Formats: sequence, structure tokens, C-alpha cells
Amino acid sequence: MSVALLVGGLLAVASVVLVAAPFLREPVASDDRLLQPDAAQRRRLAHAEERDRALDALRELEFDHRTGKVSDEDYRTQVGDLRQRAAAALRQADG
Amino acid sequence: MPDLGRAALVTSFLLLVYASAAGVFAAWHGRRRLAESAQNALIAAFASTTVAVVVLLTALARHDFSYSYVAQHTSRELPLGYTLTAFWGGQEGSLLLWLFVLCGYSVAAVLTARRAGREVIAWVVPVLGLIGSFFAMLLVFVASPFATQAAPADGAGLNPSLQNPYMAIHPPMLYLGYVGLTVPFAFAMGALLARRTDERWIVATRRWTLAAWAFLGVGQLLGAHWAYVEIGWGGYYAWDPVENAALMPWLAATAYLHSVMIQEKRGMLKVWNVLLVVLAFCLSIFGTFLTRSGIIQSIHSFTQSSIGPWFLGFICFITAASLALVFARLPLLRAKTRLESLVSREATFLYNNLLLVALALTILWGVIYPLVSEAVTGQAATVSKPYYNFFLHSFGLPLLLLMGIGPLVAWRRASLRALGRTFLWPVVAALAAGIGLLAAGAGSSRIGVIAYTFSVFVLASIVLEFARGTRARRALGGVGWGGAFTSLVSRNRRRYGGYVVHAAVVLLAIGVAGSSAYQTVRETRLHPGDSMNVAGNRVVFRGFDTKLEGNHRAIRANVDVYRGGDYLGRYRPGKNQYFAEDQVSNEVSIRHDLLTGGDLFMIADQVNADGSVDLKVLQKPLVNLIWLAGLVFVGGSLIALWPDAREERRLAERYEGVTVRA
Repeated sequence: MSVALLVGGLLAVASVVLVAAPFLREPVASDDRLLQPDAAQRRRLAHAEERDRALDALRELEFDHRTGKVSDEDYRTQVGDLRQRAAAALRQADG
Repeated sequence: MPDLGRAALVTSFLLLVYASAAGVFAAWHGRRRLAESAQNALIAAFASTTVAVVVLLTALARHDFSYSYVAQHTSRELPLGYTLTAFWGGQEGSLLLWLFVLCGYSVAAVLTARRAGREVIAWVVPVLGLIGSFFAMLLVFVASPFATQAAPADGAGLNPSLQNPYMAIHPPMLYLGYVGLTVPFAFAMGALLARRTDERWIVATRRWTLAAWAFLGVGQLLGAHWAYVEIGWGGYYAWDPVENAALMPWLAATAYLHSVMIQEKRGMLKVWNVLLVVLAFCLSIFGTFLTRSGIIQSIHSFTQSSIGPWFLGFICFITAASLALVFARLPLLRAKTRLESLVSREATFLYNNLLLVALALTILWGVIYPLVSEAVTGQAATVSKPYYNFFLHSFGLPLLLLMGIGPLVAWRRASLRALGRTFLWPVVAALAAGIGLLAAGAGSSRIGVIAYTFSVFVLASIVLEFARGTRARRALGGVGWGGAFTSLVSRNRRRYGGYVVHAAVVLLAIGVAGSSAYQTVRETRLHPGDSMNVAGNRVVFRGFDTKLEGNHRAIRANVDVYRGGDYLGRYRPGKNQYFAEDQVSNEVSIRHDLLTGGDLFMIADQVNADGSVDLKVLQKPLVNLIWLAGLVFVGGSLIALWPDAREERRLAERYEGVTVRA
């Protein structure tokens, strides 16, 4: 019983200390705001995702062409559009 | 010690409630330290739940019958292994396992999935805390594993069908799957609550979702094998409501794993993907509800209990809240791109999704229909095998075919000319197989021939994909065939791991079709010296043996099997009479033929007082391919799960400076 009480007590104290740790570490925080990406960072993220999607689509087309899933004619029809899209996405992501 | 267990659970409950409440406040008002504190509460809840788990395991190991749970599910003669696995043999213990796994997943996911973004994780913590609070509440107030009583001299023992080595692995695997689906759900909800509908939550939870799905798949196959070797009816899947309960979230998660690729590649289907994550999670909770409430008759529903209404309320709340949130965030989830062609890889994924969801929902309807009919008419109608088989054939066979079509079709759009070229060899192989099967007399089962023909088509398309991919990689130069193959797989682990999983599904389909459509069943009463013939095998009954084991009496029929003039061995189907449990179990005997993949499955249905046996023998062709499928499935899942350094670098670059760390 006493061991149980001891372990239970230790568990409770350890839990309270762990939960309170952020406040014990910084009783007065100079900046307590939960940082979030600002509008520019979010835009950059969207552009990075779009860039990766465009490059991935180009890679897939190349691979599908090499493995015979896309004919030469289909490849020529699609590759120009995808390259333009990838170039635009790269410009946006870098800009 | 039970006081320590109770105190640990109360501590977990309070910590999880704190994680929910403080987490919501912190995320809503943007308070950093409070958000960290809520996250720490999750970690502390995992520690205190671990203490509760250790207390219960200790009580089980010590046969401490002052714990009601230990007395109800074990006995002194129960072997130690089964005594410990009784941890999840009853309701309270399995709820504790749920909470333990959930807390473990929560801590691991929150600490490792930083890529989701701090503002998203701030919302993920209270979602995980809320779900954990529900299970902790049940364990503290409704179904405590630490309830005590005056210790009886011996316990009631464990259900005999649970006294099987699979008991050690099947339930934990299923729980790792069920509970694992909480992670993508919590991150999806966190992303919606934080109004961040970019792909970070998907990237952060990719491996968690895949792991949960793999665990759920493996858990079901282990359960099927358990049923096959232990329950003693000659089958492995009976469309039991609780078996269905595990299958439904797996189907929904399978649909999600496919459609999320369209979101990643094309930025489409954001609403659909979130809905699939919600569906998979709600179905996993529904599965736990079915297993634990005792509301539906099933061999798995070990008890009638009072937790049913709580679960039902929780499912309703989670479903309504999730759908309301998705609806509120619809403007953020609109896709900027559209499907370019109905003949494209993404279109085949879409068809596959519709079939998977349709199959899951028709199974769901079959499960709940008895409840609905009882509520409406006062009489519980039963939904039996033909209902499920009809929909399995209607949706499952097209799904099988799509597994072969999908890899052969290009992304975005495909022309007829290219399709003709890529489909040629798989179609030729499939037609040759179908004609060959009909010529060999397999036409007795139309479904069987269709399933085999489609299976050959899928296998041919998978082989072709690997071959063409390797050839294309080799053509780039610098590597031989082996290097090209390795490079092909390692550069796109998800795709080629997925193809290996497809091969596993094909093996499963072949095994299921073979063992069900082409099985032979004979049953007859045999006296010592009598014999019967089953699919070319002569089975001779020689008489009974009886032996006293630790906690049961084992009665075995000695059965000699011959094929042609060859003696194949002695097999010993029989029954076990368990003393403490006062139950009798069937103990089957199986002759595996590794060369043909088939089994000769023997059941001593009835042990008669005059020394005769009612012997049932099933010859099940190709059934072992089902278990082989499990190994291939694990291999494919591991390939898909294996970390890809190149992909990690690309993602790190993408999220550099955007993902705010704590």
C-alpha cells in the first residue's frame, strides 16, 4: 500500500512538474505568442508546393514516355504545357 | 496496488482533459507556453497510463484474483503466456490497451510530425486529448480494470478460443491499426481548425497512416488465420460483424492512401480526402463499439456491457463535429485544378475510391441492418453470406481489375494508341489464363474463373511495370540491370511498394477463390478402421487418444491419410475440455501441401460414446496463398514505409522557413 502511495504520489508530482515546465522555465515570457507563418510565408509555401507538383508532373510525363505509356505524339502535345507551368511555378517560388 | 492503477487512470484522465481544454485555449488565443504545457500533458498521460498497464500486467502475472478482471479472465492453471494476453481478452483490459496505444501514438506523432507546423500541432493536441479523455473517462467511471472483490480460490479462466498463440499478436496488431487511424484524423482536424489546408498535415502523417493501415491489414490476416486454425469450422472469414468492423476502416483507409496521391500530385480531392480520413476514423471507433458493446451477436463480442450508449454518443459527436468543421472550411478546400480525362491514372484512382467506399458502405449497411430492422419492426433481420458475397463480387472484381489497369495508364490523360500498346501483353496473358482454366475444367465456378483471369492480368501488369521501369532506368546509363531495378524502387518507394501490396492482394484473391469456389467437403461417421475418400485422399480413422493437459483434457482422433499408395502421415483432430471455463473447443488438424498450396482440413465434429467420430474433411485448394499474401503485404508495406533520404531533402527544402518550430 505504501509503495503504491509513493509511486502514485511521485507520478502526480512528476505530471504536475512536466505540465508546468513551460511556465517554470519561463515564468515571464518576453514573447508568449504561438508563432504562425505570416501571409508571405504561406504564399511561399503554396508556391513551393505548386513548384514541386509541376516538376513532379514533368518527371512523371518523362517517365511514362520512356516506359511507353505515353506515345511520342501525346508527349509532344503535353510536354510544352507542363514545361511552361513548371517554369512559371519555379519563377513564383524563387520570387 | 489496485489503488495505484486507479490513481494512474484518474491522473491520465485529468491530464487528457487538461490537454484538451488548455490546448483549445492555447490554440485559439495563440499562447505558446500553454500550448507546450498541453503537449506535455499528453506525454505525462502516456507515462501514467503506462503505470496503469504495468499494474494490471503485474496483477495478471501474480494471479491476484482480488482484481475482478483477473478473476473473470484467468485461472491458476492458465499458462503464463495466455494469462498475460488476457490483458486484452476482456472489455476493461482492451479499453486500457486502446488508451495506452492512443497515448503512445499521440506522443510519438506530436513529437515527430513537426512538419505539420506549430499552429497545426497546437490544434492536434486538444483533438488527441479529447479522444483520449473519452477512453480514460470510460476506464475511470464506467469500466475500470481495477475493480476489486473478495478473492475467490480460482478464476473463471479464459475463453478457450482465446487460448491460442495468435492471441498474443492479433489483437495488438488490430489495435495498432484502429488506434493509428486517430493520427491522420487528429492532424486533418488540426489543419482545418488552424485553417491550414496545405499539404503539410498530409506529409507529416504519411507514414503514420501507412503504418496504421498496414497494422490493420496484417491484424485482419492474423485474425483470419486464427479463425482458420482455432475456431474449427473450416473457414477463415465469416462476415462476422466484428470482422467486418475491422475491414471497413481498412477499406476507407485504402481509398484514402490512393486518393491522397491525387491531392499531392494534382492538388485535387481535398474535401474527399478529409472525408475519407473522418470515415476511416469513425469506422475504427465503430469497430471498437461493435466489439465491446455486445450490441450485435458475434463470436468476438465477449460481453454485454453498459459502454454501448457512451460509444454511440461519442461516434455521433465526432461524426457531427467533423462534418460541421469540413463544411465550415469548404471555401479553403476548393481545388484549383480539374480532372483532365476520364482515361488517366487519377481517374482510375477515383474509380477505385468509389468502389472501395461503396464496398465499405454496403458492408456497414449489412452490419447495422439487423439493428435498424429491430428498431423499426421489433424483429432483428439477419444479413447473411449471400448479401456480402454479392457485393464482394460486384465491387471486388472490378477493384481487382482496376489494380491491373491503373499502373498501365499515364497520369493526366492517355490516348487509345498508347493504351493498346501497354495493355497488349497483360490482356494476352489474362485471356490465355482464362481459356486455359476453362479447358482444364475450372468453369464450375464462373466467379472463380473471372477472379483468376483478372489476377493474371494484374500480375502481368505489375511484372510489366517493374520490367519497363527497370529498362527505362537502365537506358539512362551508368547502371546494370540490378542497379537499375534497385534505383527504380528506391526512387519511388510508395509506388513500387504499392505494386508489391497489389501482388499480395492478387495472391489473396487467388487463395480465396481457390479455397472457396473449388473446395471439396465430405462429412461422415467413422468407426475405428473405417475410411472415406476426399479429393483423391483416403482418410482412415484409427481410434481415440485422451490426454490430461494443464488446464484441459485433450481428446484426439487418430486419422491416417493416404494418397494413391503413399502414406502421408497421421493427423489428430479432436476436442479440448477446459475445466475452469467449463467449455469444449474444436481442435482441428491440417495437412499443408506446400507444393500445391492446398490444405486437407480435418475436424472431429462429434466425439461419440460408441467410439466413433463424426469426421468432417475439407480439401481447400490454394488456401496457403492467403497466408503467403500476408508476408508479401508486409514486404510491400515496408518498402512503402522505408525512409527516402532524397524525398526528405526535397521536403525539407520545401518547408524551410515556413514550418515554425516550438
